[in-house]
Amino acid sequence: MDQFLQHVINALSLGSIYALIALGYTMVFGVLQLINFAHGEIYMLGAFTGMYTIRWLRLEEHPGIGSLIIALIAAMAASATAGFVIERLAYRPLRKSPRINLLITAVGVSLFLQYTGQLIFGSDPQFFPTGILELEGYNWSYGDLVIEPMQIVALVLALILMVVLQYIIFRTRLGRAMRAVSFNHDLASLMGIPTNQIISATFMLGSALAGAAGVLVGLIYPKIDPLMGTMPGLKAFVAAVLGGIGNVTGAVLGAFTLGLAEEFLVGYWVPTYRDALAFGILILILLFKPSGLLGVHRAEKV
Amino acid sequence: MEAVRTQPHTTKSRFLFSTSTFQTLVWGLVLLAAFVISPWIQQGINPYWFTIIIYCGINIILAVSLNLVNGFTGQFSIGHAGFMAVGAYVAAVVTMALGANPAWNEFVASSGIPANAVLPIGLCLGGVAAAGAGYMVGMPSLRLRGDYLAIVTLGFGEIIRVVMMNTEAVGGASGLNNIPFLSDFGWVYSSVVLTVFCVWRMVHSSHGRTLLAVREDEIAGEAMGVNTTQAKVRAFAMGAFFAGIAGGLYAHQLQILTPQTFDFNRSFEIVIMVVLGGMGSISGSVVAAILLTVLREALRVIQTWYEIDIRMVIYSLVLIILMLTRPNGLFGSREIIDFFPASLRRKLAGRAEARGGVKQ
Repeated sequence: MDQFLQHVINALSLGSIYALIALGYTMVFGVLQLINFAHGEIYMLGAFTGMYTIRWLRLEEHPGIGSLIIALIAAMAASATAGFVIERLAYRPLRKSPRINLLITAVGVSLFLQYTGQLIFGSDPQFFPTGILELEGYNWSYGDLVIEPMQIVALVLALILMVVLQYIIFRTRLGRAMRAVSFNHDLASLMGIPTNQIISATFMLGSALAGAAGVLVGLIYPKIDPLMGTMPGLKAFVAAVLGGIGNVTGAVLGAFTLGLAEEFLVGYWVPTYRDALAFGILILILLFKPSGLLGVHRAEKV
Repeated sequence: MEAVRTQPHTTKSRFLFSTSTFQTLVWGLVLLAAFVISPWIQQGINPYWFTIIIYCGINIILAVSLNLVNGFTGQFSIGHAGFMAVGAYVAAVVTMALGANPAWNEFVASSGIPANAVLPIGLCLGGVAAAGAGYMVGMPSLRLRGDYLAIVTLGFGEIIRVVMMNTEAVGGASGLNNIPFLSDFGWVYSSVVLTVFCVWRMVHSSHGRTLLAVREDEIAGEAMGVNTTQAKVRAFAMGAFFAGIAGGLYAHQLQILTPQTFDFNRSFEIVIMVVLGGMGSISGSVVAAILLTVLREALRVIQTWYEIDIRMVIYSLVLIILMLTRPNGLFGSREIIDFFPASLRRKLAGRAEARGGVKQ
């Protein structure tokens, strides 16, 4: 039982990371129908920005939630900028061209960021300064069950960000414009919505969440390297598809489901197949319910 | 959208024998050339260049076969290395098992067939296994939009890698060793010719036009009675088959297989060959494959300065710039033949395949 609960807790903290990344995927897909392959790399950028902010501002000397929030904001700002620049330089000029070109560009951007990241940050893994929070004495254990305080911090922060996002999407003018653009691009622009700005804003918002996920993952698994984004990025995409791509609640649900599935697979069955599971799930979901758990089936239009 | 599916209107396409005798002659000569120049290449060229030539051949097979999926059918597959891995492992296991089998060795000794005849058996089985894998992957994902296919193929490559790493029978993470060296020039060359020929004939058959219909407008194609899913799966399985053959050749050239060889970067290299050459141009793929294989060797020098793979930075940048400025690649959908003088072109292409006029 303790072991079971332990897996659930691990799965929740892992799932919250996936959820933050999956939200960006699903939002971008919503407005552009584009799989932004570079999203995982934006998450990597977030982790590195967080690390360098903590190092350069010497935030470790003043541990506490305030310092963490400074690092988080820096990472989110850097990621949002990266998202904005990528959309502007690589995706916008191609908006009218065939979708396959856009997809190829996205893959190109993703690889470019990975390998330039290796040039700039070095290819060896670096340690994320987890000393930014002093949580030595707060380990809570019950029998075999150990709850890492970092996991709880990450989970809570992720949930707060998700609530904020939910508020932005469903309660603000920007969110309404985003939903309009995602519903129908041309119609939205006829209604006077500046679609280009809204798409930029969507990219920035999604990228900011990925950047935050980068910092939070640094807290839980403090080893970061320039290629760290690929796998979580793809898995988050699977989570987004699992929940129904384009659906914000679905992305969160899919992410937690994937987190649970992975954690149980590792805990109870074959740990070495961890990375294969997500793709197995993807193939199954495409086979049996391509619209995802919460998605609605949209007929393709001519 | 559920369109009424009817059987596509097909006439009997002569897949292997074109009507132009001149054409058949050219292909025959090209294939024969393999056996004429093979010993010369084998002995007269320094081993480093020989290896590069072999890699050029393998990359040509990979690029041309991927072009069938990415270029002609318009489906974006980025898991070609996965199929290559299936072919490589199956071919290696087959040749190693046969080589260790006394009954087979006796048969070879008594019947007088050359000892390396075991390679085509391995290649064929590897190709068939890869095609089967392609069919399995393609079936669920090809019914959906292209983007999903990209992720599924990528994921498939990952799954293959994880499975190979956990299968002790093929060496697990440390890899498969002691594969016999069998990929001599003759086999690689004839495989290249066979691949180019098959893809070329496929594209110019009525099946090929089905693929073009899928690429140009899937919904319109479906309305015209094209079974789009079937067309896509067919192209996919055929592409996978040749990727498997390339994998088999690769295995018997390198003599060691590790799962890490077939990672995403490998797939990406093949994609960029196709894109650079021009999606929908066979000769473009051939040229780009040779170009990038040689370029990679040239970049090896720079790679020793930094200790990381600068090659991928350049590749990805090339890909982005290409998409932004010249999305059709070097050749677009034209073939190298289109740049020849018209008189020669007409002869080479036969009367049927002149661009635009299509033979039924």
